[in-house]
Amino acid sequence: MIKVEGLTKRYARKIAVDNISFEVEKGQIVGFLGPNGAGKTTTMRVLTCFLPPTAGKASVAGFDVLEQPLEVKRRIGYLPETPPVYPEMEVQEYLEFVGRIKGVAKDQLAKRIAEVAEACAISDVRKTLIGKLSKGYRQRVGLAQAIIHNPDVLILDEPTAGLDPHQIIETRDLIKGLAARGDHTIILSTHILPEVEQTCERVIIIAKGKLVAMDTVANLTSRLRGAETVAVEVLAEESQAAAVQRKLEQVAGVSRVLANQHRDGKLNFMVESLEGRTIRPGLARAVIESGWNLNELHAVGLSLEEIFLQLTASPENTRQEEAVAATAAPVGESR
Amino acid sequence: MNTFTIARKELNSYFRSPIAYGVMAFFALIAGYFFYVAVVFFVRRGMESAMMGQSFPMDMGEMIIRPLFSNISVIGLFLIPMITMRLFAEEKRTGTIELLLTSPVSDLEIILGKWLGAMILYVAMLAISALSLSVLFVYGHPDWKPILVGYLGLLLQGGCLLAIGTFISNCTKNQIVAGVAGFAIMLLLWVLDWASSFGTTVTDRVISYLSVLQHFDTFSRGVLDSKDIVFYLSVIFVGLFLTARSMESLRWRA
Repeated sequence: MIKVEGLTKRYARKIAVDNISFEVEKGQIVGFLGPNGAGKTTTMRVLTCFLPPTAGKASVAGFDVLEQPLEVKRRIGYLPETPPVYPEMEVQEYLEFVGRIKGVAKDQLAKRIAEVAEACAISDVRKTLIGKLSKGYRQRVGLAQAIIHNPDVLILDEPTAGLDPHQIIETRDLIKGLAARGDHTIILSTHILPEVEQTCERVIIIAKGKLVAMDTVANLTSRLRGAETVAVEVLAEESQAAAVQRKLEQVAGVSRVLANQHRDGKLNFMVESLEGRTIRPGLARAVIESGWNLNELHAVGLSLEEIFLQLTASPENTRQEEAVAATAAPVGESR
Repeated sequence: MNTFTIARKELNSYFRSPIAYGVMAFFALIAGYFFYVAVVFFVRRGMESAMMGQSFPMDMGEMIIRPLFSNISVIGLFLIPMITMRLFAEEKRTGTIELLLTSPVSDLEIILGKWLGAMILYVAMLAISALSLSVLFVYGHPDWKPILVGYLGLLLQGGCLLAIGTFISNCTKNQIVAGVAGFAIMLLLWVLDWASSFGTTVTDRVISYLSVLQHFDTFSRGVLDSKDIVFYLSVIFVGLFLTARSMESLRWRA
């Protein structure tokens, strides 16, 4: 459905997207993962014909973005990072306007608006000015706009950015609902890993404009989740910190223990396991059997940054990056 | 078809914001004032000629309609940047331009739609002045043909200033910048005529030919000159063409 070959986009001073190639089959949901500035938005903008590529080819449903942009645009629904809504319009009016310029047939328009308003749960605000809607509602209006012409391909740029947790769940459900009907091919970008895990079948990871990994979610996480990191908080006097640390290091499967801030009788440690070992029960037992009180114990998920470090690190500089991560971790985890 | 959809949307947002009302109210005030002054002058001249026992040639066309049209054409210079400044600048700032450019609509349709929307607001504004002129028909018998020609001239002149304003609005994402730059350029196009009015060299003639207002003079006299019509139509074309180029270049640069 979507085919990208050697796509490169160069701005005046920097390369935003550097020689990316990938393909997306019909009906798939693909997560586009990367930190801010990685080139996600640029790639999406090329696919939606908003920006022309500097080099390489991109095509949607067999139509080239440069040769037949109108055909591509007809088949694409696009939700940019900020929903492209006119605050002075009512939701109903706005959807009518978008429906018209997207080429929805006149006799179908009213029906389509009712359908997408229902699907995006905005039926109750159809007579409200968009400027008066909350961010969550605006996002949903933006989504309604993207699907009004029933496009083959849906491109969503950070659809959950800036929403509250409630709205995030609603938006995810909405996207999953669209996907479940099977007639949309969806690309969504995000920098939040769990979001991809929950909604997407395949993941494309890009960093600094380059394609880093392209795989199914299951493959990717199992590949990356070899070792786990566990945060442990023990209630004990600070004088015992060294003793606790020694004890934790002795647990089977532990590769190393890093001491974090100790405050108010709470000792914090980050414990890393060896590849493929489960260490949480062992840690809990070690602490309790030694007579200390275990206050907290939880696995620290792999953040996107860590995944990037892992995926982009070549064997020689892995050591170095681990050292950087070790010095950075206490600051990040001290909350 | 898309052009009209976009024009309607533009018109809609004009009337949802204070712009349309502000522009129209300001125009009604100034144009009304000019009309009032012209009529008072006309009446006084009429009374003077009656008191002195000799009849001046009293010509409504020459004494009321012509100055009124010239004044309106100058007012246009001030108001048109206010109409055009938001056309593209606003969409670029809020990001809605992404919606237009990723919809199956050509650049030309977007530009024409926006220009047409602005044009309709301009026509609505001009219609206010027709109210004043209709008073003349109640109390006298002015010739309607020069009035029609005058309005045609205003339409053409407005169209070409709106096209220039549309282009300027496409060059920036800041409405204020678009407004000020538009105003500066329109002022320049007006003043060009003064600077060269005494010169006779080719350069002077070319410069004064470029003055937008100078071409309106024939229309305000009620004369339909194809030379001026061609000038206005070509400026409209150039303005919209530049807008299209600027949209294109934006895409390749950004």
